[in-house]
Amino acid sequence: MSTTETQRIEELANREYKYGFVTEVEEDRLPKGLNEDIIRQISAKKEEPEWMTEWRLKAFRHWLTMEEPKWSNVKYPPIDYQDISYYSAPKKKPKYNSLDEVDPAIRETYNKLGIPLEEQMMLAGVAVDAVFDSVSVATTFKDKLKELGIIFCSMSEAIKEHPDLVKKYLGSVVPYTDNFFATLNSAVFSDGSFVYVPKGVRCPMELSTYFRINASETGQFERTLIVADEGAYVSYLEGCTAPMRDENQLHAAVVELVALDNATIKYSTVQNWYPGDKEGKGGIYNFVTKRGACRGVNSKISWTQVETGSAITWKYPSCILQGDNSIGEFYSVAVTNNYQQADTGTKMIHIGKNTKSTIVSKGISAGRSNNSYRGLVKITKKAENARNFSQCDSLLIGNKCGAHTFPYLEINNSTAQVEHEATTSKIGEDQIFYLNQRGISTEDAVNLIVNGYVKEVLAELPMEFAVEAQKLLSISLEGSVG
Amino acid sequence: MLLEIKNLHARIEGNEILKGINLKVDAGEVHAIMGPNGSGKSTLASVLAGREEYEVTEGEIWYNGKNLLELSPEDRAREGVFLAFQYPVEIPGVSNTNLLKTAVNEIRKYRGEEELDAMEFLELLKEKSKLVELDQKFLSRSVNEGFSGGEKKRNEIFQMAVLNPKLAILDETDSGLDIDALRIVANGVNKLRSKDNAIIVVTHYQRLLNYIVPDYVHVLYQGKIVKSGGKELALELEEKGYDWVKNNKAEVTV
Repeated sequence: MSTTETQRIEELANREYKYGFVTEVEEDRLPKGLNEDIIRQISAKKEEPEWMTEWRLKAFRHWLTMEEPKWSNVKYPPIDYQDISYYSAPKKKPKYNSLDEVDPAIRETYNKLGIPLEEQMMLAGVAVDAVFDSVSVATTFKDKLKELGIIFCSMSEAIKEHPDLVKKYLGSVVPYTDNFFATLNSAVFSDGSFVYVPKGVRCPMELSTYFRINASETGQFERTLIVADEGAYVSYLEGCTAPMRDENQLHAAVVELVALDNATIKYSTVQNWYPGDKEGKGGIYNFVTKRGACRGVNSKISWTQVETGSAITWKYPSCILQGDNSIGEFYSVAVTNNYQQADTGTKMIHIGKNTKSTIVSKGISAGRSNNSYRGLVKITKKAENARNFSQCDSLLIGNKCGAHTFPYLEINNSTAQVEHEATTSKIGEDQIFYLNQRGISTEDAVNLIVNGYVKEVLAELPMEFAVEAQKLLSISLEGSVG
Repeated sequence: MLLEIKNLHARIEGNEILKGINLKVDAGEVHAIMGPNGSGKSTLASVLAGREEYEVTEGEIWYNGKNLLELSPEDRAREGVFLAFQYPVEIPGVSNTNLLKTAVNEIRKYRGEEELDAMEFLELLKEKSKLVELDQKFLSRSVNEGFSGGEKKRNEIFQMAVLNPKLAILDETDSGLDIDALRIVANGVNKLRSKDNAIIVVTHYQRLLNYIVPDYVHVLYQGKIVKSGGKELALELEEKGYDWVKNNKAEVTV
């Protein structure tokens, strides 16, 4: 590559994070540190019933016996878990009937992010349960959903209003003993979304939640639970952006999905948290446990993720295919630039007969970043006629980044059909020049190539999200040409 | 004068390839540049298109009143310079239609024209694809991916037809073509000839020039144009071989 081209690439790569700003809202937070007393306080602040407090404490006691996992292909300095505040909420405790009552500073933040929280949203047919730091501040479309018997509310509200459902399903997919970060989340989770779609109901709109980490040095611990009862259908969207901060911020969320007989859950994520600056300073540590259980026959869970942000991403949205004929899907685009690190993939656990899974992973690495795909396909003894297709592609931009693929296969049934395809390619100077010669600028050329590369995954996103995701990709990669 | 090259010297990785090229091309003309392997034909094409690996050390290139060497590759394209690549590049996941739509609209934007709407654009593609007998299904396929050699070259000429350049440079467009494909490609090019544009045909063989009949033929040897003439020069060259040029080099130096 010629020097000028390299220079141009580096110039363009030095683009600042667009969403770096901090909203000034009075907040209510607990002192740093983690102990049983803190957990009781979190639970008390949230006015939780005793059973919930106990569950948190059980998780905390278990967590004390655990060690932070070290197996992933990411590097970060040790986290001092006693140096984090585990609860932060806007002080003016919100109880809004309409969006107009929401703190103007918070609404301004959403506006800066371009989140259509108001009429635009209604027009778009999106119901948003907006999580600002740890407490839900606005919920729309509730009445319409209520008519159909659909519950879409914050986790805190669900614990109070729908304790039987929460007791039945919380921790049933990701038990509180599951892994270091999930266990921590079980002990201290702040808020998140709860969705229940009753038998035979098809949720008529995309449900979506925007998460935002706002207060400095506050770990964010969302907990989301989505249950689709027999024959139900729901599509859920999660989108994230976070303001610029120097301190690394820990985020350890848990998402649990349960699909009963003939139910379908589609879960889409666009993740654009602060990735740290060009030198790799700051940024979010995104250590997330996402798992879905296809419990019923003919059930289906489909994960789609577009991961462009965070300093470190560690997540493996997975499917446990228990029901016969159940289907698991994982479509992923993970972009890393500058010093970002991502170790992400999925687990498909085939238990029922005739279960099928599809994995399409598209990694894009630029700058000095490291991008790993890690995936497990497990076919258990009883899983007759299980089928899996995996495709793991890596695209390199420049020559200082890395792409790695760690596929694990465990096949215990000889009727299984498992296919794995993997490719690694690089955006070549010759491709860029070819497009330049057709009148297309280098930046547009990269976008064209990247969008071509990921279109299979973006096609899985709901329309309005696909557009946003496309914008995010070009922002994340602007100038990282190679 | 559409294009004027004056005493052009260019090198790559320290090796001087072009050693003083002089060439004038007017609108409405077709020039053939012939020469043995390594004479600098493809280098000349690349320098005109603005490939950055080539360093111009001396000389000037004036195009349509502008200093071509000061323009980026994309601006040259937007000004109407088109290079049909000797080795068209594969771009997985990007359809021909998508590439051309982006290209046409970028070029129009540069010229202060409105973008074409989807219908107008599809009409344009349909019309132009007939010129090179390109099946419609190629439009939705990824650029050059899995195309045969002949299909790639046809696709280049198809792109040329859509982009409608003022100056087209065909870099060894005949290489790798069987006789039928050659005829189709040449027919396409001939239909695109007009009094407003010029075409530079870079080729090793005379064969292509039976189909695309040039107004002028130049022989490039060791980085210089050593002989220029009318279309009959190509025939003479074919008959006598490049050794004839090599042996007579001293006498015909321009």
